[in-house]
Amino acid sequence: MYPFEITSPLTIDAAVEALENEEAQPLAGGQTLIPTLKARLAMPEVLVSLTGIKELQSIAVRDGQICVGAGVTHANLAKQTAQYPALAALAADIGDPAVRNRGTIGGSLANNDPAACYPAAALGSGATIVTNTRAIAADDYFLAMFETALEEGEIITEVRFPMPKAAHYAKFAQPASRFALVGVFVAQFVDGVRVAVTGASEEGVFRWLDAETALSQAFSAQALGGLTVPPEGMMGDIHGSSDYRAHLITVLTKRAVIAAG
Amino acid sequence: MTQISMVVNGTAMTRDVADPTLLVDFLRNDLRLTGTHVGCDTSQCGACLVHVNGLAVKSCTMFAREAQDAEVATIEGQATAGGQLNAIQQAFQTHHGLQCGFCTPGMIMATAALLQDNPKPTEDQIRNYLEGNFCRCTGYHNIVKAVFSASGQDVALIAAE
Repeated sequence: MYPFEITSPLTIDAAVEALENEEAQPLAGGQTLIPTLKARLAMPEVLVSLTGIKELQSIAVRDGQICVGAGVTHANLAKQTAQYPALAALAADIGDPAVRNRGTIGGSLANNDPAACYPAAALGSGATIVTNTRAIAADDYFLAMFETALEEGEIITEVRFPMPKAAHYAKFAQPASRFALVGVFVAQFVDGVRVAVTGASEEGVFRWLDAETALSQAFSAQALGGLTVPPEGMMGDIHGSSDYRAHLITVLTKRAVIAAG
Repeated sequence: MTQISMVVNGTAMTRDVADPTLLVDFLRNDLRLTGTHVGCDTSQCGACLVHVNGLAVKSCTMFAREAQDAEVATIEGQATAGGQLNAIQQAFQTHHGLQCGFCTPGMIMATAALLQDNPKPTEDQIRNYLEGNFCRCTGYHNIVKAVFSASGQDVALIAAE
């Protein structure tokens, strides 16, 4: 690692102030950032640790939405969001137990890894990503692989999930990393169905609109009929070709619909 | 340099460390507690697994500063001062849940965390919980047996493989 300082503010305001330094970078659970620093792929002068900020740790239900503080770990989210079982189950299957005790929802969404699980939950639920300055709809938040609508120095404070009638996340885990080779989050709301796909596209998480239309008419695996996603633009690597990933999207969407019931 | 303090295996420790110091390096280099191992250094293998405030974490992927004022438990605190193994360590010995032993500190600490949450895990739950701990020798079967035994269950219920 290149040398850097760590500062540990206790409030969101103090963290935002510390991040006014252009060479500063926020540190959440560090489960991605620390390996990145070890590989010398980042060279911040200051890391602003967010783990001591109590305001980021709450989980509450408000206006029919589950509001999760950005600093909530995957393990705590899995234990404390029984009202939204598909979300709790997704969190309980990220990485491994030790990673889940450190990694946070805010860190995952800020990083927007193209194979991460939370982006699928946020986009599939139509969540709102709340920052220190504004509220961003998930549809406007995920721009591309590792790119989000967050501005320099802006930090996620909370993620608000509307609760669907039924939902399920079907993940085909890459056996070594436990990231999603492909993951599909399906959520059925009163006014329609949302389908979000992670792990597949070169552009990062995306909504499969054709499947949403079909499932909004009839919420069953049969309703998907012969729908497929073209392999163009899908990632291909040693773990799976673009054709294979495209194929998995259909398979996992059907599985998610069946499991959501 | 920043002064940090934490309680390690019941003993208060204070040291001056550079900010980028990883918890595992603090334990091994500053406190000379070398039972916690560095296997992959990329948070995959779990050889560095310790408990921070009762939670299993990979100490190669956490800064020592982040454990300020925390209670940290490592493999050195598992046996009694007289060298009497705890139930988990004894089960690993009895069922030969190791060969080279490099992964064992992490396996023991992961098992302790599992049994805190789930005192009578099934074989599937054990295998699932240990997915972040790699062993390149045993093929895991004797490790799973040891964990099953440490939880007070009859290892004869685990199929031979």
